[in-house]
Amino acid sequence: MATSAPSRRAAARVVTAPVGQPSGNRPGRRSTPWLFLAPYLCFFGLFVLGPALFGLYVSLFDWHFTFPNRPFVGLDNYVKLFTPGTRDFEPFWRSMGATGTFTLLSVPLLVTLPLGVALLVNRPFRGRTAFRAIFFAPYVLGVAVVGVLWRFMLDTQHGIVNKLLGMVGLPDTTPWLQQLPWAWVSLVGATLWWTLGFNAIIYLAGLQAIPRDQYEAAELDGAGRWAQLRHVTLPGLRPVIVFIVMITVLASANLFGQSYIMTAGDPNGATRSAIMYMSETGLGQFRMGAASAMSYVLAVVLMVVSLLNFRFLAARRDDS
Amino acid sequence: MTTPTIDRPGSTAEERTRAARPGAARRGGGSRVVLYVVLCGLALLFVAPIVWMISTSLKTQVDATVSTSLIPSPVTTGSFEPLLSWDSKDPVLRWFVNSVVVATVTTALVVTTAALAGYALARFRFRGRGLVFSMVVGTLFLPGFIFLIPNYIIVSNLGLLDTLTALVLPPVGGAFGVFFLRQFFLSLPDELDEAARLDGASDYQVFRSVMLPLAQAPLSTIAVITFLASWNDFLWPVYVLYTKTTLTLPAGLPLLQGAHHEDQPLIMAGAVIASVPALVVFVLAQRKIIESVATTGLKG
Repeated sequence: MATSAPSRRAAARVVTAPVGQPSGNRPGRRSTPWLFLAPYLCFFGLFVLGPALFGLYVSLFDWHFTFPNRPFVGLDNYVKLFTPGTRDFEPFWRSMGATGTFTLLSVPLLVTLPLGVALLVNRPFRGRTAFRAIFFAPYVLGVAVVGVLWRFMLDTQHGIVNKLLGMVGLPDTTPWLQQLPWAWVSLVGATLWWTLGFNAIIYLAGLQAIPRDQYEAAELDGAGRWAQLRHVTLPGLRPVIVFIVMITVLASANLFGQSYIMTAGDPNGATRSAIMYMSETGLGQFRMGAASAMSYVLAVVLMVVSLLNFRFLAARRDDS
Repeated sequence: MTTPTIDRPGSTAEERTRAARPGAARRGGGSRVVLYVVLCGLALLFVAPIVWMISTSLKTQVDATVSTSLIPSPVTTGSFEPLLSWDSKDPVLRWFVNSVVVATVTTALVVTTAALAGYALARFRFRGRGLVFSMVVGTLFLPGFIFLIPNYIIVSNLGLLDTLTALVLPPVGGAFGVFFLRQFFLSLPDELDEAARLDGASDYQVFRSVMLPLAQAPLSTIAVITFLASWNDFLWPVYVLYTKTTLTLPAGLPLLQGAHHEDQPLIMAGAVIASVPALVVFVLAQRKIIESVATTGLKG
């Protein structure tokens, strides 16, 4: 038992005795950091670093999960994704298009609306914390609950949304999940409800980091609310806005659960996202070589989009 | 540290400066009503679906199809009962237990391994440290979906397909906790462990009795984030688990939806069961969670 430092242990409120030998002869000090690292590195190697490389390897084979014979095909899985007429060409790019559509529709809303909410909640008033919590609450629910919830609220015949629309004299037969502009409206709307609070909280932290004296200086110069927003708030928030754009693009590109649960990819695969198609191919049909290739193509596309975003937004910062 | 008083009107710098200028104060008073109306409208929009979910779960099937009222008549727990028996053909109770086990064990493993690794990377000098750190941080930039196929093969080779272990292990390799805790341990002054070492404490004792107690705030941040992420994880369990009784709640809900698509109260009861722990954690640790998002969001 360690009795050498009773005062410190008391101060630190640690009751459990440390394991191992706490005596003076410390074991080889060179290995100590590696002993601390070892548990994590096992998991890191097996489930993160290993698979990142193993996935590339798999993508070079005609790797079917259930067949023992997995011939090496080089870059064939990639070439096929870019060759019209192959099995995956049309549905894969269609699913990439669906993910792109969802991203283009949701990102502008998820960048602007949370900023508005954050600006509203950022002013000091009674009940501020409660409102902040309410806007954030849907985020803790998880995509399965959110998907199931909206799938039933938006049901054409029995959904509460159509019933309420009917009560105020609006059309009450909108096929929210079955037909095209509506399926996107539903997926984007549900996602907005789900994640708006998350972005708003990050904006709020950014707003609170803008020094007060900048507003005071602007006010002394006669700047009104609007001018302060344009000349103090937005420039001060620029790094946060860049960050929000980046993480929201990434999150939107990961679209899976909403389509899987709410529309099941309907109508006719129009809302089947890239990740949905990739996981169906790899984990549904077990064509893992092709699916791995898809995941790397999507990753590269995402990287390019992120770089462009960053370039574009960072360049604009230099202008101002 | 943020103080709770910041939310009280009149306590912030902005409020005080505004109150000092009569013109600004009058403008603030007028727009305050508008602000409340806008915020309450918005809040209603955000709360209504959750209220609807709970209300529908307490309705009869007929009531749910016919009435738009948020108040069930009669109030019934009839939809919960078949879900909460252990041998139900819709074993939601088992899914609940599975979800609790997975989220708890994952959180414990992540917090333990990340604390040890983050501490080593922050407070030991050793050959290979830079390499390990840059590899770990490098993987933070990889999108999660590229791990899906290879991890499925790995988990299958370990004989873990269709087990809860397959859900617990992969997240422990995640880099964020290590990165986040390393940043924290870097911020602690060197004098702390020097003093402990003079008293004869071993490396492990320094970590366990000096450093860990100081790290309670960042550790609980990682714990809360990990628990919620694990509780809500969807894509991986949908494909890795397939026996009905081994599913977690998120993986089971679509199944429930497919089997009873005409029975709204039953499915909403399932959704309520899946939401309650997350909502309870949120209500209890609301401030903590929101601060976590604010700080980790900005640092990540």
